[in-house]
Order: sequence, then structure tokens, then C-alpha cells
Amino acid sequence: MANRADVSAAFIALADPTRRRIFERLAQRTRSVGELAEGLPVTRPAVSQHLKVLAQAGLVAHERDGARRVYRIDPRGLAMMRAYLDRFWDRALAAFKTAVEQGEEK
Amino acid sequence: MSAVPPVRKELVVAASAEHAFNVFTSGIDRWWPRKHHIGSSPLQREVLEAGVGGRWYGVSQDGTECDVGKVLVWDPPRRLVLSWQITSDWKFDPDFTTEIEVTFTAEGPKTTRLVLEHRDLHRYGLAEPVIRGQIDSKEGGWGFILQGFAEEAARP
Repeated sequence: MANRADVSAAFIALADPTRRRIFERLAQRTRSVGELAEGLPVTRPAVSQHLKVLAQAGLVAHERDGARRVYRIDPRGLAMMRAYLDRFWDRALAAFKTAVEQGEEK
Repeated sequence: MSAVPPVRKELVVAASAEHAFNVFTSGIDRWWPRKHHIGSSPLQREVLEAGVGGRWYGVSQDGTECDVGKVLVWDPPRRLVLSWQITSDWKFDPDFTTEIEVTFTAEGPKTTRLVLEHRDLHRYGLAEPVIRGQIDSKEGGWGFILQGFAEEAARP
């Protein structure tokens, strides 16, 4: 199932703290690779590599502004929200099961 | 972009359908994750009011109430449809709606299969707040979700 893969990709992409920081900074506004690298203790090629992973997970996209690429959060990228809810319901329903079965024993 | 699959969960609990329905609804405070709360202070109590139109909300320790959604279908002990009106920047928005349908199927006197479907998630694709940059670091928005992600990602 493709959606299952999307969920995993989003999780893997954001499990890395540097990628989370990149994602957070893009959520503030669009930025180029150079602008992203300025505030981070990593090289531009490393930022590019992180952006590639984020893009593959459907979390960021880029557009051309003349000669340079400007990155932004993918507005269609609801992979993250969906992934969050997916995990959330796993946790909530596990707690629900415990609550239901505790009560039923009495 | 409309072809976003719903989040679908299925589980079997060792309880009657009536009991499962009651714990899910009137007993929601017993199992609702404490961290999942959009209010200004920690969650004191989660409430799901009985019947169609019933409110679903959390009560913070400071007494403020934070709506989540409301009851759209109330058919105990078989079926429940709720609205989930929390946007991707983690705020209640009466004009934003996704749906959660929960069915309880008795497979024995003490065995119930629960299927939960959280749908209309494509509506999150229209969430411009993300682009508008409402990324408040800790209390809400994407920061909150990212924090949840980090925690979930760290789980084995």
C-alpha cells in the first residue's frame, strides 16, 4: 500500500533532527539551499541531501526562481498530518482497549 | 489530490459491544491520550456528550474548554460518527471538518470488533496555515506535531 510507505517515509525523514530543523525553517517561509545552510551546522551539499529525503517523503517541494531553486513545504504534503493521525489512533486505541478490558472483568 | 486514503484501524476487544461503546463515548476520559490537547494548560478531562449534536471537547486545568468536534451519528452500541474539526495548525475551526466513523461489531458476548476510520484527510492538503508560517515552536501547530513525531519515531 502506497500510503503505508508514505507514512514510513515521513517518519524516517523527520526522525533526523537536522531534517526536522530544515522542515521547521521552511514552514516559516520559503528558502534556498544557501539560506538553509546559513543557520545550520552542516554544509550545503548535506542540506541538499536532506532536502532530497524530505522531498521523497512528500514533505517539501521546490520551484525555480531564475537560476536558483527555492524550497518550500509541499502544500499538498499532508503525508505528515496523516502519519501523525495514524500513529495517534494506534496509541489512543491501545489505551482504549486497556480501559475497556479492565472494566469488563468486574 | 482527493485520493488520500483514510486512516483505518481495526481491533478486537474482550468486552461486549455495549461496554465498548460506552467506554469509547461516556468513558473517553479514561483512555484519551493526555498529550493530545490543544488547550492552554494540561488536559484535565476529555468529554464526549451523548447523542447527535453532542459536543466533544477537552477541559484544561485552567478550566477552559477546547472543542474537538461533535457527534454526527449516535447509534449505540453499533455505530458512531464524529466530526474532528482540528486544523493542521492545531486549532479548532468550525468551518473545517474531517470525519471519524467507529463501528462496534459483536463477535461474541464478550468479543467486539472495532473499526475506526478517520477520513476526509485530503482537506488537510488545503491547509494554507502551514505556508503562512504558523509554526509556533512548542504549544501548537507544526511544532506540536513535530514533537509528536519525534516521540513516535523514537519508539521501538
